[in-house]
Order: sequence, then C-alpha cells, then structure tokens
Amino acid sequence: MFPTATETSFQEKVDQDLNIEPKDHMPENYRLHLIRQISQHAHSEVIGMQPEGNWITRAPSLRAKQILLAKIQDEGGHGLYLYSAAETLGISREEMIEQLHSGKAKYSNIFNYPSLTWADIGAIGWLVDGAAIVNQVSLQRTSYGPYARAMVRICKEESFHQRQGYEIMAKMMKGIPAQREMAQDAMNRWWWPALMMFGPHDSDSPHSGNAFKWKIKRKSNDELRQRFIDKTVPQAELIGLAIPDKDLKWNEAKQGYDHGEINWAEFKQVISGNGPCNKQRMAHHVKYHEEGAWVREAGAAYSKQIQENK
Amino acid sequence: MNQQNALYTYLLRLGDSALIQSHRLSEWCSRGPILEEDLALTNIALDNLGRAQALLRYAGEVEGKKRTEDDLAYKRGERQFYNNLITELPTGDFAYTIAKQLFIAAFESLLFTELSKSKDDTLAGIAAKTLKEVKYHLVHARDWCYRLGRGTVISNSKLQHAVDELWMYTGEMFEMDEVDATLLKEGIAADLAPLKPKWMEHVTAILKDADILLPAGEFMQTGSRAGIHTEHLGHILTEMQYLQRAYPEAIW
Ligand SMILES: [Fe+2]
Ligand SMILES: [Fe+2]
Repeated sequence: MFPTATETSFQEKVDQDLNIEPKDHMPENYRLHLIRQISQHAHSEVIGMQPEGNWITRAPSLRAKQILLAKIQDEGGHGLYLYSAAETLGISREEMIEQLHSGKAKYSNIFNYPSLTWADIGAIGWLVDGAAIVNQVSLQRTSYGPYARAMVRICKEESFHQRQGYEIMAKMMKGIPAQREMAQDAMNRWWWPALMMFGPHDSDSPHSGNAFKWKIKRKSNDELRQRFIDKTVPQAELIGLAIPDKDLKWNEAKQGYDHGEINWAEFKQVISGNGPCNKQRMAHHVKYHEEGAWVREAGAAYSKQIQENK
Repeated sequence: MNQQNALYTYLLRLGDSALIQSHRLSEWCSRGPILEEDLALTNIALDNLGRAQALLRYAGEVEGKKRTEDDLAYKRGERQFYNNLITELPTGDFAYTIAKQLFIAAFESLLFTELSKSKDDTLAGIAAKTLKEVKYHLVHARDWCYRLGRGTVISNSKLQHAVDELWMYTGEMFEMDEVDATLLKEGIAADLAPLKPKWMEHVTAILKDADILLPAGEFMQTGSRAGIHTEHLGHILTEMQYLQRAYPEAIW
C-alpha cells in the first residue's frame, strides 16, 4: 500500500531530523508509542522518589541530607516536565496515574528493588542515574520536540546526581571497614539490575522496529548498555569496588568490556510483578494519592468559587 | 549568665527548631496530595535544613569546642535539644501540616525581621536570608488555609480540627528567659513580647478569611526552653542519629 500524503510529510520530517511538534500530524501509533514511553518515564521519576526517600530522615550528615532531599526534589520535577510533555499528546495526568494504578502503564523495574543501607543511596545515584543518563542523552535527539526538550533539561541534573552518588561511594570506600563492606554490598546488589535497565537484548526486543523508523529511539538497548559498562567499570576500579561479574573482561578488538550473562529470568519475574518491592511501591503510591483526594477536591472547589466571583 | 553561653543556647534554639521542622516536612517526600505540593513541602524542608546548618555551625563556633554542625545535630540527646515543641509534633494530615506552617511561618516572619537587625552580624546575615524564605512559607501556608478553609465541608473541618489541636503549642514560641534577657541588653536577640499581638492579629485575620474559628483555649504547653519535650522528639532523634550513633568513628 502507498503511504498517504500526511504520513509522507511526517516521515519526511523525521528523516530530515526535524522535530515533530504537538500540532503536527503524526500517525496514531506514533502518538500512542510516545504516550506509553513518556508516561512510563514520568512514573519512573516519581516512583523512584520512594527508595531514595527511604533514607532522607536517616541521612548521616546534614550535607548528605540536603543533597539527597534536593536530588529527590529534582526527580519529582522531572516527573512534572514529563507529565506535561505527555499531556501535549492528549492525555491528562490523572489518566496517566489511573493507568499506573491499573497496571496498564509501567515504571522502571529498577525501583522494585529495596534501598537497604545508606550505601544504596550512593549506588542508586551513581549506577541508576548513571544508566538513566546514558539512555537520556540519546533521547535528547528523539523526534518528538517536547520530549527532546524535557530530556535536555533533565540530563543536566542527572549528571549532578550521578556525581553525587559516586561521591558517597568514594567516601565510603575511604572509610572504616564497615563502610567499605556496605559499599561493596550495595554494588553487588545494584550492578545487575542497573544493566537490566536498558531492557532485553536487541535480538529479543519487542518494540524497537517503529521506534527506530520514527527516531523515537536512536540507539539500541545493547549499544546503550555497552556504553554504560565501559564508562562505569573504570570508575568502580578507581575507588576499589569490584564488579560482581566474574566474566567481565576487556575486549581489545571491540575496545569495550564483555560481560557475563544477565539473569533474564529475574528480569521477567520483576517485570511481571514479583520483584521485592513491586507491591510496596504501588501500594504507597495508591495510598497517598487516595489520601490526598480531599485536598485536591478542596483546591478545585476553591478555584471554582474564585472563578465564579470574578 | 555570660553572653557567650547565652548566644550558644539561643542559636541552638533557633537551629534546632529549623532542623526538627525540616525533618517533619521531609516526611512528606513521595506522600504529597499532588506532585506540586510534594515539591513545595520538600522545598520548605530544604530551606529549614539550610538554616539549621548555618545556625548550628555558628553555634559550634560560639561554643568554641570545635564541634561542627553535624556534631551538634547528631550527637546531642533528647534533653539537650531546644526546638519549639510545635516543630516536633507528628506530621499528621495535610491540614495539620498547613496549620503548623501557618503558625510557625507567621511567627518566623516577625522573628527574622527583628533578627535581621541584630548587632551580631553573623546572626543578622542568616536572618536576612531566612526572612526571604519564610515570607514565601507564609504565603504558601496562607493560600492553603484559604483553599482548605473555604474549599469543601470536609477540608474546612480538617483544618479547623488541626488549628484546635495545635493552638496550645503556639504560646511557647514567644517565651523568653534569661538567655533572651542577656542578649536583648546587647541588641543581639529579638524582643518577642511585642511580636505576640502582631502575630495574633495576622493569624486571626487569615483564619477569619479562611472561615476558621479561633480556638478559645488559653492554656499553653511549655518545656522546650529547658529541654523538656513531647515523646515524639526521642523517636525523631533515634531515626535521624542512627548512622552516626551506630558507627561513631565513620565519616560520611
Ligand atoms: Fe530524574
Ligand atoms: Fe536523577
């Protein structure tokens, strides 16, 4: 079948690396793909506030508390920009939250792991934000304008988070034995889930065909994962952290590291709801969303009165 | 009482109030009724935390025993804390937090106006920066009082309940003792007596506009100036100080 005129102009724009803007024509599946991806991204920022928020009241110094609180606030801000970007595609934030609660919309698997010790705050900043940056840097050139622009703003802050997380790990590795143990333990628990953040291997990645054609996605899962590993391994070595992968080794020919087999069975379990914290994260979000309903209603009722009295 | 001791204690009172207030506000993180409010409340928590850092750092300098702001925050026990009781009361629901914020921010905007004129330059500097922040905190609390007080029957009754519950913790903010007297003579501290009627006027006006009745009770709780607290403070410190207590030789 021949493409229709509007589809041609859409694909032409994409092929010329021009941004697609909210008022431009776009194929329905492009719109739906973006809603799915951007809302998942927004929900991830928001759900990610929980494992990190778990340590605010126990942060071991005032400076550490301040950095953590500010970081989590940034993540909430990222959630806001991304919800707004998704709203330009004709879905409301309330609908997106409903989809999150019903299970139709997802969030990043990584936040279904628990933050057990203070070193986890270091590991999350360094590894999780570190992995997110690799992904998001490539999304700065994604074809949908509002999403690309949100990414530019977000990437600047994410690189701070990554440095601050690394600083926590570096400090702990210079500390007393108990701190070094804590840091290595966090590394052991977060390394593999961080690699899983890039998704399945390219050979079994279900959604990529159109995503590449529409330039929503510009780099493959495996390419991005490789970039993350190559960047992170030397950072770990520098502060004396071991990578919990006995098969990890430098490959001179490809100028990158080869890594061991990722436990995809675990990945599938966590994705299908059986991670250590899936139920807890969702119950938390639902509980506070419901508890806040009377506040939102009061706000809406008050604005209505103000409008009517104008 | 000598001036150095008085100033040290005075700074602890101000610093501890900011620290404990920040702790309670930070509990809203990921629990706000709407994402924007989650961010607003953690923002206020961050302002309080920054103020606590500055005040406790200065308290350590004044004390002259080389204690840092972290030593003072993490290594004092519950009887050595001097925050106002109202700051340590449980977070409660959103109306409770907003009522607390109204009472505290209305007080602090008056207090830091005075302290920004302090003859102690360091304190005056901290106060000037704080004043800009607490003016915003007050606007935030006031606007939410209007929304809750005039929004729905439910939100009005929740705010009324919170105001009634918290009222007996408002008097303590204005208490003065020999610490204040010593520093007042030097033009360092703020005279709280004339601030009370101004506070009352301001708070009364906002609550009236929010359709909230002023509580009739005159009894006021007291204790924090002597380090006597509610049961809640011990739990806050247990949580806050856990890592510093568990690994006393560690640097974080
Ligand atoms: Fe983020
Ligand atoms: Fe981040």
